[in-house]
Amino acid sequence: MGDAEIIPLGTRGRPGRGTGRDKPSSSSRSLAGGASPAAPGAGEDTEVPTDLTDEVPAEAPAELPIEPVTDVPPTLVELDASAVDPVFGEALDEAARPPVTTTPAGVTDVPFGELLAAATRAAQVVFGEDADQKLAQLLAFLRRRVTGDYEVDEYGMDPELTERFLLELVRPLATKWFRVEVRGVENIPTDGGALVVANHSGTVPIDGLVTMFAVHETTGRSLRPLGADLVFRLPFIGELARKSGATLACNEDAVRMLSKGELAAVWPEGFKGVGKPYSERYKLQRFGRGGFVSAAIKTGVPIVPCSIVGAEEIYPLVGNIPILARLLGVPYIPVTPFFPLLGPLGLVPLPSKWIIEFGEPIRTDSYDSGAADDPMLVFNVTDQVRETIQQTLYSLLMRRKSIFH
Amino acid sequence: MLVTGVSSDLGGRFARRIASDPQVSRVIGVDVVPPRSDLGAVRFVRADIRNPVIAKVIAGEDVDTVVHTSVAESASQVGGRMSMKEHNVIGTMQLLAACQRAPGLERLVVKSSAEVYGSSSRDPAMFTEDMSAKRMPRSGYAKDVLEVEGYVRGFSRRRPDVTVTMLRKAPTVASFASSPLSEYLRLSPTPKVLGFDARIQLLHYEDLVSVLPHATLAGVHGTFNVAGDGVLMMSQVIRRLGRVALPLPPFAISSLGSLAKQVRLGLEDFSPEHLAYFTYGRGLDTTRMRTVLGFEPRYTTEQAVAELATVLAPSPLGNHPIVAMESLLSGALGGKQHG
Repeated sequence: MGDAEIIPLGTRGRPGRGTGRDKPSSSSRSLAGGASPAAPGAGEDTEVPTDLTDEVPAEAPAELPIEPVTDVPPTLVELDASAVDPVFGEALDEAARPPVTTTPAGVTDVPFGELLAAATRAAQVVFGEDADQKLAQLLAFLRRRVTGDYEVDEYGMDPELTERFLLELVRPLATKWFRVEVRGVENIPTDGGALVVANHSGTVPIDGLVTMFAVHETTGRSLRPLGADLVFRLPFIGELARKSGATLACNEDAVRMLSKGELAAVWPEGFKGVGKPYSERYKLQRFGRGGFVSAAIKTGVPIVPCSIVGAEEIYPLVGNIPILARLLGVPYIPVTPFFPLLGPLGLVPLPSKWIIEFGEPIRTDSYDSGAADDPMLVFNVTDQVRETIQQTLYSLLMRRKSIFH
Repeated sequence: MLVTGVSSDLGGRFARRIASDPQVSRVIGVDVVPPRSDLGAVRFVRADIRNPVIAKVIAGEDVDTVVHTSVAESASQVGGRMSMKEHNVIGTMQLLAACQRAPGLERLVVKSSAEVYGSSSRDPAMFTEDMSAKRMPRSGYAKDVLEVEGYVRGFSRRRPDVTVTMLRKAPTVASFASSPLSEYLRLSPTPKVLGFDARIQLLHYEDLVSVLPHATLAGVHGTFNVAGDGVLMMSQVIRRLGRVALPLPPFAISSLGSLAKQVRLGLEDFSPEHLAYFTYGRGLDTTRMRTVLGFEPRYTTEQAVAELATVLAPSPLGNHPIVAMESLLSGALGGKQHG
């Protein structure tokens, strides 16, 4: 059903009609490029739609956006179904029972009834037979949002907003644009606390978002990122980060989250990792002061090393504007081959092929509680995690045929 | 027992409640102005805690417990910021100096505030009692509280035989009493910091009134966060109150704050600490309040907001179009199912 809804834009970047040239005409290119933000997947990567139509009859789940190479967890099959409609997806039962406040008197009035019937018919044409149900769900969802009738946890995470909205925004980016491949999902514990430790890269920390999406998609758990305080100081970004489940990367919060059985994630390289030049790609930077290890030892939760390949290439960082960065109080102002040269167009990330591999968990429950204060042990475990991620990165890079597939 | 600040609403309510307790033989209320309401069995002594006279009251009446509730939260209560600072800081100093000289003193209960933790982007999600502010408050009530706590700690060091209980209360709201936060939430449209959504954890005023006698009678040494369960986002609080949020950039809010101070819009106590709180909010860990102090608040943050909502005048958008549409649709669906 997904491919049926792709509306062809111009000639979709294929050779123009009747010109006889094998390059697209400039007008068709501008049409393809100037499409709405959702469309770049269809516009530039011309293979995607054709591939889909070719392979759908043969083996439908094969083109699933996320394809784990090892044993496929059953959740993956559902992935496409929920992708079909993000807003109406989950709370079917919620809307099945209509809200209590009914006003039959106002509704049975002639003009209202007529209008409503017409609207219902129109909605049925657009959404299908159960349109009224879906509309009821949508309204229930909107009502909860505008009346504040939802819950947030103590870190400010808003699960409804995250799952119904934010992760759905990441979905096309992760599945269509970066074609994320997730490996080793079985290494993420299905319940209880665990600390995912990943490499950081890509100039703009999109890897965090994509990892959150991938973990939620494959395991159903929410990954709780621990972010630098700069994230929470920035307007809008800080607000969204808290709502999507992030909290400050400090020892107190890490221990609190892990001891409550949350699946937390850290990117210990921090800005040194995200803002490193393209020439240093896939070379892990220093892993902070190992605070994440002592938090894991203190709470006895396993450390899951996570290696992300592909994020390095989305915005190849070739330069920096240190004066402007200092002026704005941010660690760096990136210069990529396309930004700021092409202006806003330079903000489109390169569609590199991503592989996210979760490695075998490193257990910390064998250490006694005092071990968290033993700097040597903490450094050793930190190095062990770092080495694991670095080695996995190298082997994944060998596997990957090229940057783009 | 000696209670300071009995002429304020909180002090008066607390003094009346504790005076009716059978364990308490005699309650003396102290304040600079006579109480407006009837204090019942409480004996009122008009004395200024900023004055050494207070030492004579404590010594003469053979006081064994001092409950210090008069650290004022807003300048309008005591007539201006300068006098508020003097009242809060110098008053506490004098009171503690008098307490130090009182050999019969056994207990000291101080109403402090969670404002000592400040609010910043570097804050942990939930403050426990042994954490301190990441960015020290530099002005206003928060600074006063910080100094008061410093003096109380000093007193506690010099008089280790006295049981000192310090209660750090979360911002309070109630339908029947005013507080800086509820005054703010009464504004319609409610200003909100653009691009930030603060985490708000509240204490219902009723719980504040009942935690004081609880702590006084329990006599547990230590510092305790006092707050209701759960956290709401600022935007969510505004929505639940049926208000319309007016997102403004931070500098606009602070200039609005000083403007409000000039023209007396009702929001008279606006300091940079308030702006920080409205930007980042604050969460409090209340484990020690439950386990050590043994206090259980009646209201959660959510219930406190709901209670406040009962008295707020409905906003112009009281019945939201979405809510109306939904009830319309459900009516239509219900009709169809029957038909």
